[in-house]
Amino acid sequence: MSSEKEPLFSAKNLKLITTPLGAQNPITIQVLGICSALAVTVKLEPAIVLSISVMFVTVFSNLIISLLRNTIPSRIRIIVQLVVVASLVIIVDQVLKAFAYEVSLQLSVFVGLIITNCIIMGRLEAFALGNKPWPAVLDGIGNGAGYGFILIVVAFFRELLGTGFLTLPGLGAMQVIPDVFYQWGYANNGFMILPPMALIVVGIIIWVQRSRNKDLIES
Amino acid sequence: MDYINIFIRSIFIDNMVFAYFFGMCSYLAVSKTVNTSFGLGLAVTFVLSITVPVNYLLNDYVLSEGALVWLDNLLGVKEPLFAEFDLSFLSFIMFIAVIASMVQLVEMVVEKFAPTLYSQLGIFLPLIAVNCAILGGSLFMQEREYANLGEATVFGVGSGIGWLLAIVGIAAIREKIQYSDIPAPLRGLGITFIVTGLMGVAFMSFMGIQL
Repeated sequence: MSSEKEPLFSAKNLKLITTPLGAQNPITIQVLGICSALAVTVKLEPAIVLSISVMFVTVFSNLIISLLRNTIPSRIRIIVQLVVVASLVIIVDQVLKAFAYEVSLQLSVFVGLIITNCIIMGRLEAFALGNKPWPAVLDGIGNGAGYGFILIVVAFFRELLGTGFLTLPGLGAMQVIPDVFYQWGYANNGFMILPPMALIVVGIIIWVQRSRNKDLIES
Repeated sequence: MDYINIFIRSIFIDNMVFAYFFGMCSYLAVSKTVNTSFGLGLAVTFVLSITVPVNYLLNDYVLSEGALVWLDNLLGVKEPLFAEFDLSFLSFIMFIAVIASMVQLVEMVVEKFAPTLYSQLGIFLPLIAVNCAILGGSLFMQEREYANLGEATVFGVGSGIGWLLAIVGIAAIREKIQYSDIPAPLRGLGITFIVTGLMGVAFMSFMGIQL
């Protein structure tokens, strides 16, 4: 077994991390995990915190389910998956409440909703149940990162255009657009803060992505 | 009066899809034809109107701080023993367990009494268990602290109807939009996102209505 063991970061394994960032992005291509993604993108800080939480849960749930994959009877696998995911989410929730209470208030129910985030169930079903632990961990990292990437891009534009500030974890809100601009007549677009704009921003991201990569266009 | 207010709020103002993006995955995946989306909407409404009250009782009598006081009274304990427990950290796992078992129950009932609907819904019926709208309904119920069982039930039914309206609306638009000349990269998913955004803008005009 050890003689033909493939290296930890072989080309195939690296691909597991890179494809979800682009051509197999969970949000814009696989249409997974949109539920909780859009509502927390008003500010950059909760978006970053939620991305890290989701990445933690995808990595560890992929790892655990992949380790258990030969012992889970397929009829009750959904319940088993839900229990594993729910326990991980409880850990995330308690850690956030202890160390980042302000952010956990902003995220409110969306931490709990990581349980039903389709990314996690989707990757467990599609990947972790049929693969070894290490590729499953890499797949978790890749998909968590692909999800977080879209979240952070959407939050960046919404907060920048909507308020002129950017909020980073640990740094607080920073004014990015200088006062001079406002004196010249620039105005914040308050519409960007409202929920529907998240959908439209994602729509535009999909448009940009598919214009650059013609293979992704739906017929 | 409160009931009507909560009902209208949960359908139009706090609409699950347009205000919180709950249940977006099945919303985008199933909304290709009006018929199936109507069936799924009904199933979601039904499951929501059962799980929200059940989870309300669970939250009120088992999970929240001091909720187990009835156990003290039942056992005749003098000092507060169970009343000091705060099990609310368990709420995620309890709620999802209730939802998963309710969905299983609904699935069996539908299979027995409405086989046609069962075959129409197919895989989407069990998938309701992982629909964020259902868990979201229970979590919002917990966070907003509704005063009694009636309010929680009305909230559950209203959220379900709001979701039903949203998915039937987008399905009707998507049936028509197939014949439109859309830029190729926007076809399919992209335009659905943008149309949903515009519908959300329209639903925002209900904001601030008080009855």
